[in-house]
Amino acid sequence: MTPLLQVENIAKFYGARIGCTDVSFDLYPGEVMGIVGESGSGKSTLLNTLAGHLTPDRGAVRFDTRADGLRDTVTMSEPERRMLSRTDWAFVHQHARDGLRMNVSAGGNVGERLMAVGARHYGDIRASATDWLGRVEINEDRIDDRPSAFSGGMQQRLQIARNLVTGPRLVFMDEPTGGLDVSVQARLLDLLRGLVREMGLSAIIVTHDLAVVRLLADRLMVMKDGHVVETGLTDQVLDDPQHGYTQLLVSSVLQV
Amino acid sequence: MIRVEHVSKSFTLHNQGAAVIPVMRGGELTVARGECVALTGASGAGKSTLMRMIYGNYLTASGRVMVGDLDVAQAAPREILELRRHVLGYVSQFLRVVPRVATLDVVAEPLRAVGSNEAEARARAGELLAQLNIPERLWQLSPTTFSGGEQQRVNIARGFAHPYPVLLLDEPTASLDATNRATVLALIEDAKARGTAILGIFHDEAARDQICDREVDVTRFTPGLAA
Repeated sequence: MTPLLQVENIAKFYGARIGCTDVSFDLYPGEVMGIVGESGSGKSTLLNTLAGHLTPDRGAVRFDTRADGLRDTVTMSEPERRMLSRTDWAFVHQHARDGLRMNVSAGGNVGERLMAVGARHYGDIRASATDWLGRVEINEDRIDDRPSAFSGGMQQRLQIARNLVTGPRLVFMDEPTGGLDVSVQARLLDLLRGLVREMGLSAIIVTHDLAVVRLLADRLMVMKDGHVVETGLTDQVLDDPQHGYTQLLVSSVLQV
Repeated sequence: MIRVEHVSKSFTLHNQGAAVIPVMRGGELTVARGECVALTGASGAGKSTLMRMIYGNYLTASGRVMVGDLDVAQAAPREILELRRHVLGYVSQFLRVVPRVATLDVVAEPLRAVGSNEAEARARAGELLAQLNIPERLWQLSPTTFSGGEQQRVNIARGFAHPYPVLLLDEPTASLDATNRATVLALIEDAKARGTAILGIFHDEAARDQICDREVDVTRFTPGLAA
């Protein structure tokens, strides 16, 4: 099987400081990988570098494109990369307002992604938008409301609908449940798990919440000071951590 | 189906003066198709550790842990996930689920993971829950609010939903009443008759005598305790 994403020796520096360095991994279709670490560990830098928001100083990020197989997204042209990020990729931001257009209706937010890939029929777009709002449990009668009138949890679900409507194959998520209260978080986790299974999505999830990765991720990568200190099966890394830093992380979690 | 050869394991506690605690040396074990083997030994002797090494959530320092054709001690995460989906089931002592997911779906999930459709998977889940005396009015609720015994039975239903060829059972009859205990033992007997290789930890001696063909005392593999 060809990996969906092949990351080789990625490094990103901010001047002399390390953002992240020496990161390599393969992600296969249907796999969910979690990246954990404390703030400043380089996990968001890595995610943004993989998603093409930042240009790495070194390394390759090869994606299995529908047309030509594995292509290095770092060296491909800007229009090609932008096309990928509109079709095969999705990016769920921690703050929904970074991923939504706040002064456009909920339906418009979802529809805009469809129009960006060529959909033109108003009835079809609206039908898709309604379908997706339903899937993320947003009531149909809110379709013409602006996201600014939504609660934080609803905004996050709308952002997910907007991202998944074009049927991406790879989803990048930056703290998707951060800042939500726990009951909303649980519902979102369940939603994400269902979508991953039904659509066969691959995902890379950055979070500092170990409980979230245990439930969502198949594999785990632990970062500290820009370096990957440990990788493995999620339950193995959490139950039998090998690196001192991971042991500290795991043993610092408060029991409820 | 399970062949453990000369395995060892130690824990290094980096945050407690890098203390190294050897917990297993020279572990050997085989479980054939249709056989049920019990792990015995005092608490802390390493029964659960050995079981987790076979499941792959504990790393093995040296030796081989063959489950079917895969050496779990060396396998890539992707291979272990594939093995767990199709071949290797595990009933732990604790139920770990996404909050707010209905019990019926929790039990159906292993079947959905191997590609069964929703209706089929739910029907099988319902059968098992009924067999294990979980009242139907609870099926749409999340098991997180259930009593300890109910959670244990949901966990067992989930473990038996897909007919795994290899099954690891950690105290499957603990905290069950007589009726439910008998049901669980019958499920285990059925699985054996189907050819499932079963490795279990049973503190319930009567249950152990009834369904296990052999016992393996892990004290032999415990460094410092072995003669």
